[in-house]
Amino acid sequence: MTISGSTLVALAAAGTPTGTATGTGEAVLFWLLAPIAVLASLGMLFSKKAVHSALLLALTMLCLAAFYLAQDAPFLGVVQVVVYTGAVMMLFLFVLMLVGVDSSDSLVETLRGQRIAAIVAALGFGALLVFSIGDVVVSNAGLATANADGNVQGLAALIFSRYVFAFEVTSALLITAALGAMVLAHRERIERPLNQRQLSEQRFRGGVHPAPLPGPGVYARHNAVDTPALLPDGQPADVSVSRVLLARGDVRKAPGADVVVRDASEIERPGDDQ
Amino acid sequence: MNGTLLASPEVSGFGGDPWWLVVIKAVAIFVFLVVMTLFAIWAERRVVGRMQQRIGPNRVGPFGLLQSLADGIKLALKEDIVPKAADKAVFILAPIIAATPAFLSFAVIPFGPEVSIFGHQTRLQLTDLPVAVLYVLAVASVGIYGIVLAGWSSGSTYPLLGGLRSSAQMISYEVAMGLSFVGVFLYAGSMSTSEIVNAQAHGWYAVLLAPSFVIYVIAMIGETNRAPFDLPEAEGELVGGFHTEYSSLKFALFFLAEYINMVTVSALATTLFLGGWRAPWPVSLWDGANQGWWPVLWFVAKLLMFLFVFIWLRGTLPRLRYDQFMKLGWKVLIPAALGWLLLVATVRALNTEYNFDTREIALYGGIAAAALIAVTFVWDLIAARRDEESAVEHEPEEFDAMAGGHPVPPMPGQSKPALTGVGATTTAAGPDHTATEDDR
Repeated sequence: MTISGSTLVALAAAGTPTGTATGTGEAVLFWLLAPIAVLASLGMLFSKKAVHSALLLALTMLCLAAFYLAQDAPFLGVVQVVVYTGAVMMLFLFVLMLVGVDSSDSLVETLRGQRIAAIVAALGFGALLVFSIGDVVVSNAGLATANADGNVQGLAALIFSRYVFAFEVTSALLITAALGAMVLAHRERIERPLNQRQLSEQRFRGGVHPAPLPGPGVYARHNAVDTPALLPDGQPADVSVSRVLLARGDVRKAPGADVVVRDASEIERPGDDQ
Repeated sequence: MNGTLLASPEVSGFGGDPWWLVVIKAVAIFVFLVVMTLFAIWAERRVVGRMQQRIGPNRVGPFGLLQSLADGIKLALKEDIVPKAADKAVFILAPIIAATPAFLSFAVIPFGPEVSIFGHQTRLQLTDLPVAVLYVLAVASVGIYGIVLAGWSSGSTYPLLGGLRSSAQMISYEVAMGLSFVGVFLYAGSMSTSEIVNAQAHGWYAVLLAPSFVIYVIAMIGETNRAPFDLPEAEGELVGGFHTEYSSLKFALFFLAEYINMVTVSALATTLFLGGWRAPWPVSLWDGANQGWWPVLWFVAKLLMFLFVFIWLRGTLPRLRYDQFMKLGWKVLIPAALGWLLLVATVRALNTEYNFDTREIALYGGIAAAALIAVTFVWDLIAARRDEESAVEHEPEEFDAMAGGHPVPPMPGQSKPALTGVGATTTAAGPDHTATEDDR
């Protein structure tokens, strides 16, 4: 996607078929940002960490947006940042950060004929790009005609008159996708969720430990989750260390304490004696 | 960014500045924002102090005015720590990504009308675009990256959660914010900030588009992560949020970005809804109020008013819970914004295409709405009577735990029978206790 995007820009910048010369500012911008865009795209392909790839892709998109702005397409440039960099890449990052990509994906293809379909779709998309860009290179109305009433107004007039059907079909597709995502992610609630009051009452009636558990100890030499705090009588407060650490046997002895907890079963938790 | 490069000829009055004027304007904006940040931090501490019946910082400089400067120097001199588990490159890059866009969006904010600087007629605005307001949105969305990446690259749990929260929050509220802009675009007929200010010569959009204004003000507080929407930094649950692991100048950059974002959204609110640099009503009767350098004063005054509201809210409201906050954004603000937008678009179309007066539309619309309410009222009366006649007590359906031969959960409306016998004590003690029992 990015590669085709940068070629598109390169074509548009190098070709300039209507004969409008590239200004100095635009040329400087191009030679400054084009290498960055290309390097970032390459980096995206070859970087080891998925988050770095996503970031480099975002950088490429920003470069493209700057190119659009420089070529008198302010609306396209700004929308590129808002939609692709701001929303789409952000969702990518979300998924990468939450799920992580270390969990190895299964290589078994669940959809039959997926590869063939993908190849056909890619070829079709490529053909579409080649023909539409070729069309623009061979014959176009020119930027002045297109932006005659203003860039935004010109785009709006085209989208909402000549291409209104394609526009509506696309929006229907997007809405269908959104609905599908909602249906897939929806979980039917069988019971009414407890509200804050009920949760609070439950916590106190349970008699376990209504307030947050005490924090671990803070000492001159140990200030860590694995050292229990001391009670006023010098006994270690066992509830102040995580039960996971107890189970692993990773709990240190509290300085000055006589008792060392070795095993989770030795601990008396409030409420256990009920 | 270079003003002459970006300024499109479509917005009149821009793109003709010599380079030295562009530099002067850019530096002036930078200085303005930094000074505003220092001032806002001081004002926040003083005002919140006053609201909590204490004095606030009053030692450094007159009224403690230099306190934030002293704090800044202290921050800069602190040890700069990069955690071992951090992704170093991204960790260092994140505060820069957060702070830089904060400065960028002010390039399109109009401070005033055309003035003379060193004998050169120019507008008090660095540049303008036909899509200036969208540009502000775009720049803001790049700023979110700084926060997300700071959370992720710290290699620690609380910052990650804080970063995710913060970005989810900003993305959700950006939708409502964008929708609240559309009404202004429809009435101003432009997305350029200078033209929106011009279009408000005869009335501010805060009055004409009051619901949009309210939605924007709520969304802007959510967008800047400020109280009562400061969930990403909820100390009680997330330590410090996304910047937990940051120290020294990197932390200072996040701080700077937060306060500049406050100034930016306030400036945008002023520009879009409060007439920008235009003088408020009693002053506007004076002819010279909207000329020369005076408008800068009105603009800054309105800006400071918004900043005061930010501080006031922080001193007054408790923090929302995360799910309440998301519910407010997605289930209240966005539908309300969409509904209002539909109304505005309809009225606007009737105005321009069919030459209906807004007053006529309000009259006919009101009559239609009243008729609709009357019809539904009568309908309800009839339906209620019919229900009374055929009132049959619906027995709640019996819940069969083994319907169809398999154990099934109750359907909506059915209630689970109370457990008797074996588990009675366990259920009374609550889920925590059950977990302890299971562990043994």
